[in-house]
Amino acid sequence: MAPKRSKQAAKSPVTTVVVMRLYVAGRAPNSVKAIANLEAICREHLKDAYKLEIVDVCEHPRRALDDGVLVTPSLAKLSPKPSANVIGNLSDTSSVLAALGLTSVP
Amino acid sequence: MPKTAPRPQFLKSLTGIRGFDEISLGGLPRNRTTLVMGGPGTGKSVFALQSLVGAAGKYKQPGILVAFEENIEAIFANAAAFDWKLPALVKKKRLYFMNAQLSPAFVSSGDFDLGGMLAMLEAKQMEIGAKWVVFDGIDVLLSLLRTPRAKMREIYRLRDWLTRRELTSIITSKIEAAGDGTDTSNYGFMQFMVDCVVRFDRRMEQGIPVRRLEISKYRGSNFAPGEYPLSFGPHGMEVASPGPTDVPQHASTERVSTGFPGLDEMLGGGLFRGSSTLITGAPGTSKTTLAGLFAESACKRGERTLFVSFDEGGERVRRNLRSVGIHLDSHMKSGLLQMYSGRTDAVNPEEHLIRIAALIAEHKPRCMVVDPLSAIARTGALSSARAIGNRLIYKLRDHYITAVITALVEGQNPSAEATELQISTIADSWIQLSYLVCGGERNRALTIVKSRGTGHSNQVRELVLSDNGLALSEVYSSGGEVLMGTLRWEKEAEDKSRALVSEAEFGQKRRELQFAEADTTARITALQLDLERQRAALALNTRTDVARDLTSGAHQTEVRRLRGGNGVREAAEPGKRRSANVAKSRGNGNGRERVRGS
Repeated sequence: MAPKRSKQAAKSPVTTVVVMRLYVAGRAPNSVKAIANLEAICREHLKDAYKLEIVDVCEHPRRALDDGVLVTPSLAKLSPKPSANVIGNLSDTSSVLAALGLTSVP
Repeated sequence: MPKTAPRPQFLKSLTGIRGFDEISLGGLPRNRTTLVMGGPGTGKSVFALQSLVGAAGKYKQPGILVAFEENIEAIFANAAAFDWKLPALVKKKRLYFMNAQLSPAFVSSGDFDLGGMLAMLEAKQMEIGAKWVVFDGIDVLLSLLRTPRAKMREIYRLRDWLTRRELTSIITSKIEAAGDGTDTSNYGFMQFMVDCVVRFDRRMEQGIPVRRLEISKYRGSNFAPGEYPLSFGPHGMEVASPGPTDVPQHASTERVSTGFPGLDEMLGGGLFRGSSTLITGAPGTSKTTLAGLFAESACKRGERTLFVSFDEGGERVRRNLRSVGIHLDSHMKSGLLQMYSGRTDAVNPEEHLIRIAALIAEHKPRCMVVDPLSAIARTGALSSARAIGNRLIYKLRDHYITAVITALVEGQNPSAEATELQISTIADSWIQLSYLVCGGERNRALTIVKSRGTGHSNQVRELVLSDNGLALSEVYSSGGEVLMGTLRWEKEAEDKSRALVSEAEFGQKRRELQFAEADTTARITALQLDLERQRAALALNTRTDVARDLTSGAHQTEVRRLRGGNGVREAAEPGKRRSANVAKSRGNGNGRERVRGS
């Protein structure tokens, strides 16, 4: 099942690179989970066609404030348009994929 | 300035919200969390923001507001209605607003927490040196957390963070009416967790919304229990605090004229300075005219005066008073007189009181008129109107304002007012105006029902209204009934004619008596004369008798000697001589000589 999906996903967005930013709060459990979940999703669905920046809000609070981050963990898809935001530890893979525009059929 | 807390180690921070700092005995618990809960539109957010503004402005303690529900633009727009100057405070870095609205575009995937947000707030707190923080609409955030456990965990996280950061905080949370699926266990937990809970409530009372707040919990501190009405004025929210609990002891003996000499006289010289006088009466009994006279005389004395009229504009009030010779316009221009006209159909009584209180603070009147206070009871909630009537009078007393308050009484029952507003018991004087219908006329009557601390007339007077103004007439009471109007006139005329008649009767009587006296005196004189005559007659009679006795013997002897005859002949002789004598004396004066000669 997983390989089949991988093929589907790899078909369309292969040329475009997905740029994302994940805001986390240090080593908080949800933040650690979010990093793991996101990396798994990217490996499986985006291969190398993504750029992920992880911002630790505890270290860069001003930047997070300026970016309008509210809760952690929180994922922002910056490009391609439309941009999207996902909050939570990203344990619900399908909603993450939907937000990132990685599902072919709604 | 802060009131001493019941326990010295327990500190409070003043909110600057008028009334609230009093009922909370000094504000919110410092460095602790206060939960503010209530339905939508009850004033939670205003309370929280105003506390921040007060702290940032008045007490120079910077604060942060985290807005979960409203966006910052909306908050600024709402705050623009008050004189808070939010943009200036933000510019001075006394306030920081964090837009924490989660847009509907946010996709939720799995559990999250507030760790990141708190880290950001911590940075901001250090930057501006914040002492206060408000989380406005925490319920919006909590609704995104799926399990009760997660909610509880984040509340704990928040509490721990606030305690660690030594922030005085307010968390506002919406509560809907029970039974709509709200997870009330959550709020129970929150109430347990925080140190102070303030509940807001908005109810419709007879078609007018009435907002109230209640402190339902204050850990480690005393507070004034019960619900307190609140309203919004130019400075923001104001809570109707009961004010000083002790009655001021100052009692003046200075008299203030009512502007109506007749009434002053009835009151024993006027109203006491700082007293409240209630004038009750049916429509059209000249309540406003009396109140206007009072206001005019106060202005003439140069005393600042506030004229509060309900349901009638100041312009109209002045025009109506002009028609009875009371001129307030010039005092209005000079600034001595200020007028406030409130509508009672849309604004709840509480708000009027708060506006009046604000006017008192600004204008600082020495004399005041409220006309008519009963209007606030007519459309609004009666229970609160009552409380307001009382509080208004207490407020005036606290400010040492001499006040005349009118109240409309519908119908003929003069005690109706007492049951409606129940202010007659706390007013110092109570003047009752009424119509007495008698003999097909309505006439105005004035009675002083009570006047504390002074002797006063107990008489019912007739109030006569003319182009020359007001006048009080003595009234006639006849057979236990007070006579007025034409009846009074008739009675006056009747009395006058009766007086004339009785005067005439009196004269008549006097003359009769004089006659009787004269008659008796005359009779006495006559009798006296008669008596004297009789006495004289008696005396004469006695004398002749004696003389006869004495002379008869000698006379006879002489006669005998002269005649030498006997006694029988001589006895006839003196008779003859005497008759001849009498005949002679009847003629002219010569008769005597003749007798002598003979």
